[in-house]
Amino acid sequence: MEVLLQQCINGLVLGSIYAIVALGYTLVYGILRLINFAHGEVVMLGAMIGLSVMQKLINLQWSVLPIIFISLLIAMIGCMTIGYLIERIAYRRLRHAPNLAPLITAIGVSIVLQNIAMMIWGKEFVVFPPIIPINYYSIHEATINSLQIGIICLSIIMMLGLRYLIQATRLGNAMRATAQNTEVAALMGININHIISFTFILGSALAAVAGLMVAAYYGLAHYDMGFILGLKAFTAAVLGGIGNLTGAMLGGLLLGIIESIGAGYLGDLTGGILGSNYQDVFAFFVLITVLIFKPSGLLGQASGERP
Amino acid sequence: MNKKYGYLSLILLAMNGVASLTFAAELAVKIGIAGPLTGPQALLGKDNENGARLAIDEMNAVGVTIAGQKAKFELISEDDQADPRTATIVAQKFADQQINGVIGHLNSGATIPASKIYHDAGIAQISPSATATAYTAQGYNTAFRLMTNDSQQGLALAQYVTKQLKAKQIAIIDDRTAYGQGLADEFEKDAKAAGATIVAREYTHDKAVDFTAVLTALKSKKPQVVFFAGMSPQSGPMARQFANLQVKAQFVSADGTRTPEFIKLAGAAAEGVIASAPGVVLEQTPEGKVFINKFNVKYGVIQNYAAYAYESTLTLIEAMKAAQSIEPAKYLPFLAKIQRHGAIGEIAFDAKGDIQKGKVTIYQVKQGHWVALN
Amino acid sequence: MPTIITFRCGLKWIIIASLLISLPFLTDVIIGRNWVRILDFALLYSILALGLNIVIGFAGLLDLGFVAFFAVGAYTYAILASPHLGLHLPVGIILPLGTILAGGFGILLGLPTLKLRGDYLAIVTLGFGEIIRIFLNNLNAPYNLTGGPQGINLIDPLILAGFNFNQNDLLPSVYQYYYLFLFCTMITLFICQRLQNSRIGRAWIAIREDEIAAQAMGINTRNIKLLAFSMGASFGGLGGGLFAGFQGFVSPESFNLMESIMILCMIVLGGMGHIWGVIFGAVVLTLLPEALRYLGTIQQALFGQIWIDPADLRLLIFGLALILVMLLRPAGLYPTPVRKSEFETAEEIDEL
Repeated sequence: MEVLLQQCINGLVLGSIYAIVALGYTLVYGILRLINFAHGEVVMLGAMIGLSVMQKLINLQWSVLPIIFISLLIAMIGCMTIGYLIERIAYRRLRHAPNLAPLITAIGVSIVLQNIAMMIWGKEFVVFPPIIPINYYSIHEATINSLQIGIICLSIIMMLGLRYLIQATRLGNAMRATAQNTEVAALMGININHIISFTFILGSALAAVAGLMVAAYYGLAHYDMGFILGLKAFTAAVLGGIGNLTGAMLGGLLLGIIESIGAGYLGDLTGGILGSNYQDVFAFFVLITVLIFKPSGLLGQASGERP
Repeated sequence: MNKKYGYLSLILLAMNGVASLTFAAELAVKIGIAGPLTGPQALLGKDNENGARLAIDEMNAVGVTIAGQKAKFELISEDDQADPRTATIVAQKFADQQINGVIGHLNSGATIPASKIYHDAGIAQISPSATATAYTAQGYNTAFRLMTNDSQQGLALAQYVTKQLKAKQIAIIDDRTAYGQGLADEFEKDAKAAGATIVAREYTHDKAVDFTAVLTALKSKKPQVVFFAGMSPQSGPMARQFANLQVKAQFVSADGTRTPEFIKLAGAAAEGVIASAPGVVLEQTPEGKVFINKFNVKYGVIQNYAAYAYESTLTLIEAMKAAQSIEPAKYLPFLAKIQRHGAIGEIAFDAKGDIQKGKVTIYQVKQGHWVALN
Repeated sequence: MPTIITFRCGLKWIIIASLLISLPFLTDVIIGRNWVRILDFALLYSILALGLNIVIGFAGLLDLGFVAFFAVGAYTYAILASPHLGLHLPVGIILPLGTILAGGFGILLGLPTLKLRGDYLAIVTLGFGEIIRIFLNNLNAPYNLTGGPQGINLIDPLILAGFNFNQNDLLPSVYQYYYLFLFCTMITLFICQRLQNSRIGRAWIAIREDEIAAQAMGINTRNIKLLAFSMGASFGGLGGGLFAGFQGFVSPESFNLMESIMILCMIVLGGMGHIWGVIFGAVVLTLLPEALRYLGTIQQALFGQIWIDPADLRLLIFGLALILVMLLRPAGLYPTPVRKSEFETAEEIDEL
């Protein structure tokens, strides 16, 4: 029983990480109908920039909270700039191009960002300095630490905050109008280019938070950490219904729990024939199954086919 | 010195075979070294290259006479990107240049497909660092290695875990790479033979960072020892999560983990972790100390396998001297029977081309450093 | 209407043919035999890129898991012709078998994804490619089918009609493979060329441009899409079989996602949907990394150390190429006249 509980906690934490990254995918997709494949790399850049600043500040002998706050802030500003530039340089011209074009460009952006990061920060792992004090709590033999609780809370706060922004503010109204019909929104006096830039900037700021959090949790950052993370998060977003913020959260958590429980129990259930070596197969298998039966994902409304 | 060789190799590239005419007065001996000089493992590839270069420079300084002519050794270095397909292109390049012998490659995955080309071309090859048993099991008379192979290391680890640590219940995790899976299988076989029970066999992959699910699963099986066959980018975070989940077992790993990087990545959780590494402890033998000093002066800190690349090169040259020929066909029988003593201990090959009596040393992290236990 | 052989411009083709035939000899003499091996790989990638071009270029279905079919072909050959299971079936059987099997896998991938388009399809095919690789990597237990991460070694060389391509009987082995691969590329090229101008080819293009309109025109989109998947996949399988026999060793690390993206780069760079453009892309992207290798040597010679790592540059250049081609020349570096006009009119309509 405590094993199941522990696996659920593992899955919840992993799922929250997926969910935070998935929010960025879904936000951009919801407005632009574009899969920003490079989002995972922006997460990685957030972690890298944050860690570099952090190492500088630690040398200055600052205390913990300002170090975290300032490195997060600089990581966010860095990522927002990168996000803006990506949209401006790589995607804007292709807004009306045949739909393969932006997707291929996105793969290109992803490769370029990864290699630039490799040239700047090298091929070695960057270590997250152990400055955050961690407390452990046990629930029926299962353990959870303060960092994990923080991750789960943060993902919920971010999801609710985004929902509020999009549903209840003027800006959110403009974003939804842009998503529904770009031409009409433009006629209503909405500056489409500003809205789209803003969406990218917002998504990138989320990515910076996600990146630094992942680095803190696993204690490291690496130039190729973004791709796999992005892939899983994207899977989560599609699972929940891409374009839907609650869906991204749900998809992330589901994927995390499926992976944990799958990796934990499949070996015993199949007598060792299938085991944790097939962990990544579940994620994709679930995705394909969901798309066959409900092409719009669990909470999505439109059909899987693009208009 | 470096610069000069750079020019030399450039000329060689441009003119290929023609270049050998330039050294008509001397006997030009071309020795190739191949390994990843770019990509994530570039550091290790460069380390091997430096080891081999040290040997070549020494031999040129001492002066070696083969069949009455003064030998002039040149090292030709190529990048195989640790990729099987690129490795065959590099091997083909060496075969075209009618190179006299090859030191390499670094990884088993690259060494195995390349060894076929060397065998077809009749070129002797000594790998300083490939550990997969399949490499020497192909029956090629051209394939040798100085590194203890997976089965030798797996056996030594299994004996240590069952005899010294007296573990009866063992859990195994491997990273599903050729290295990790090969080593884990050998370890499992030998641990079972020594009377231990394998309570869990779990897996991860070589890009993973989250191991909580597998660690939780094996924690419930209550192993005394958890053995991980993989590299430090995984074992580092794994050791942390191991501590976080309060798994009460000894964490044991192998040479992929016995690196300074592991201690950096695992942080406080590194303390007490045990890992093996092939070969003797260089610091403990006089020859080893001499090598470390020479290497440090010229190239700085040793990454991992430099001593093996160094000794591989010397062994190749010794065989040429014994045969009084630089033709692989003539010196291969001498190479197979070679008996010598070097920085890494006794060097002699068995019938397959593996090193005889390959030594394995067990290390443990104590106060943030790897310390040899035996 | 372009066809491969027109007698009116016979001289041009004679020159091209003699150039192709003498290419390995010239390459060997001028820059060395390892470049002949690189040429072999360039031809092999041409076959793969032509296969993927059917799926992406003709039918407009973005497939990011193409390497799975390459893997299926390679492993079919490796399992049936190596000491791994002790089977040594003749190449004349296993090469077509691998091709058909890969085609079957193409249908397997196509069936559940029929309703998906664009982005969704991309992620599902990507997942499919990863699933195949993960299975290949793990099917060494409970029954050792694929050799797991160790791969399969000592694969039988290609022997056709008693002729062993691996032995330097007539010519050096890499020359013999060159002619074999050239022949296979020619066949692939011919099939693609004929398909493009057939009813099927036009149906593919109709689906690419507008699926609903295509359906309204009476095209059975389901079968036509499945055909695209399986045709593309079978060329992938053929390439895989040739690769296994040529290399003598297969392991899962040769079939990762990067390889799929690399083949995608080839067709995007050359010009999606344009057969000659695709071959151009495949050849350029195979030769480029090898040429970049000298960049390291030159830097070493000039500065005594390597400032920019050529392998780092390789991927960076690929990424930049993808972006720049899409932004500046969306029809590729060497587009078909028709495709070029399609992209241009599309832009004009948008501007209106």
